[in-house]
Amino acid sequence: MKTTTDGSGDVRLSGIGKTYGSFTAVHPLDLTVPQGSFFALLGASGCGKTTTLRMIAGLEEPTSGTVHLGDLDVTGLPPYKRPVNTVFQSYALFPHLDIFENVAFGLRRRGIKSVKKQVEEMLELVQLGEQARKKPHQLSGGQQQRVAVARALINHPKVLLLDEPLGALDLKLRRQMQLELKRIQTEVGITFVHVTHDQEEAMTMADTVAVMNAGRVEQLGSPTELYENPRTTFVANFLGTSNLIEAEVDSRSGGDIVLRAGDGKLLLPEARCSAPAPAGGKLLVGIRPEKIALTHADDAGSVPEGRNRLTGTVADAGFIGVSTQYVIDSPVAGALAVYAQNVERDTRLVPGAEVVLHWNPAHTFALDAAQDIDAGTEEEAAV
Amino acid sequence: MPTLAEAAPPLAPPEPARPPRRRGRFTPYWLLLPGILWLIVFFALPLVYQASTSVQTGSLEQGYKVTWHFATYWHALAEYWPQFVRSVLYAAAATVLCLLLGYPLAYLIAFRAGRWRNLIMILVIAPFFTSFLIRTLAWKTILADNGPVVHALNTLHVLDVTGWLGWTAGDRVLATPLAVVCGLTYNFLPFMILPLYSSLERIDVRLHEAAGDLYARPWTTFRRVTFPLSMPGVVSGTLLTFIPAAGDYVNAELLGSTDTRMIGNVIQTQFLRVLDYPTAAALSFILMAAILAVVTIYIRRAGTEDLV
Repeated sequence: MKTTTDGSGDVRLSGIGKTYGSFTAVHPLDLTVPQGSFFALLGASGCGKTTTLRMIAGLEEPTSGTVHLGDLDVTGLPPYKRPVNTVFQSYALFPHLDIFENVAFGLRRRGIKSVKKQVEEMLELVQLGEQARKKPHQLSGGQQQRVAVARALINHPKVLLLDEPLGALDLKLRRQMQLELKRIQTEVGITFVHVTHDQEEAMTMADTVAVMNAGRVEQLGSPTELYENPRTTFVANFLGTSNLIEAEVDSRSGGDIVLRAGDGKLLLPEARCSAPAPAGGKLLVGIRPEKIALTHADDAGSVPEGRNRLTGTVADAGFIGVSTQYVIDSPVAGALAVYAQNVERDTRLVPGAEVVLHWNPAHTFALDAAQDIDAGTEEEAAV
Repeated sequence: MPTLAEAAPPLAPPEPARPPRRRGRFTPYWLLLPGILWLIVFFALPLVYQASTSVQTGSLEQGYKVTWHFATYWHALAEYWPQFVRSVLYAAAATVLCLLLGYPLAYLIAFRAGRWRNLIMILVIAPFFTSFLIRTLAWKTILADNGPVVHALNTLHVLDVTGWLGWTAGDRVLATPLAVVCGLTYNFLPFMILPLYSSLERIDVRLHEAAGDLYARPWTTFRRVTFPLSMPGVVSGTLLTFIPAAGDYVNAELLGSTDTRMIGNVIQTQFLRVLDYPTAAALSFILMAAILAVVTIYIRRAGTEDLV
């Protein structure tokens, strides 16, 4: 997170909430986006992230709470009086105006007469100088997207709001535009608030990510923080994949908590446990698939001491180039995902092989067991 | 297609692909056939017949002969040009009134009506369930000399103003230009509302949001975004109103007087009362040509081909 210079570009949401009849789209939430940061609101569709964004833009009236831009209370202001601009999901370019006029729209509305130089510079920034006299429908999806960004940025808003701006693009173009947007943000230094359901997109681009679920912010932090220290099962499952194992607190030794899962013992650094852990209490132990190493059962003796270990059988092995994704059936923990880099692959690790899973205890995290273990998984999202 | 056959690999000769192609080739023509036949019998042939009538001379007793007598056109134009001008003026006035009344309503139905949308649409179309003549006759009652409308207009001194403008005469509304224009406006209003509605309804509401987000006030959003995007509806609505209104004679007949006769009334009289078929036919062609010219200029100026 960058340091605040004068704070006039901060976005402060205080107790802001939105209900439609009896349905609560956004539960009253407090959120501060520091000036100059690239902030992502991440969540599945219907989690309230777009509603939150639209309340900042003024397109949606909050049921409760206030929106501040720096020291300015904009809660009651209509969109055309707010110093924010939006890049809409389907771009919403004006089909009857050419690219130049689309980009110049905001300047002209504010009574600026000589727009030519500014528009041309902005079109250069998004590399569309040649297309100025074309109509939006004559451009490709990626180009239209860049026009939408240029049209918003030219007004030098205090905050740029992006509502799933890359959703309509194909994967390759999306990756390219992610880097492009990041470059533009660094160049202009404006606060970006980016709404997306794509966790990879949020992690690549944003300094700070707020994970939203069912109208609430589940967790807020840097991408690394969220990935390494998820505090809820939803965050653990929604950002990447997590193996969650039910375990019981056995004892404490040094800075570690000793847990019992089936007949095995697992170590957990106390600092990485986000839930109260009284002896005999239940916890969900989490470990990311890429942190686990696999060793064939015949070589079990070669696994160093002090590592957390479980045993299991290879149920499935999927080769995807850079890595192999294994599914291991463990009598203790059910199906576990393991991603192994394709370096010095052990050819004995085929379905049916007996293996030992082991990892550095430092990579273990633990969550409160009183939550849905499947929250945020793709299976649940599909329902 | 020899080149295609040569380029094709030996395992896939072009023959199997040909029968479906041949069958499909005539499909568009078969689909066009009923419409074309209909147009030939009920449009093209009568038009040719009428064209020949317009250059005939003779009398009802001795019969008419084609003598290529184009002078009929000049005589008709010289005698009836005031009715032509009046038709265009009345139709234009009715079209403008329809646009002013219809646009807000179409806008309301498209963007604000919510669950009332269908009901309002039905109300717009409902007058069609009654005969055109009955509806026009009803206006005779509405605008009757001792009716409440005239009484109210009189009390408010509106008739003084319209009388000064030449739209009404004395204490009457009936048998004045105002009555004819009101009748035209009323009868053709749905033809304005429907295309306007379908044009407005297609506008993505996110464009309104985008305009607002880019500092456009509601009125500016309308002027810069909504209205330009509704131009296809404005153009087709005005055409659907202006063209039939210019040729209409029922409103002038029932609500007007001899001073408000439109070209439709003249044609009707020539055909059915005076029985001067060549003049009536020539007048019809002049009207057609005039409307075609006006419409062409209008569409060129409106430049709707640029709109999506």
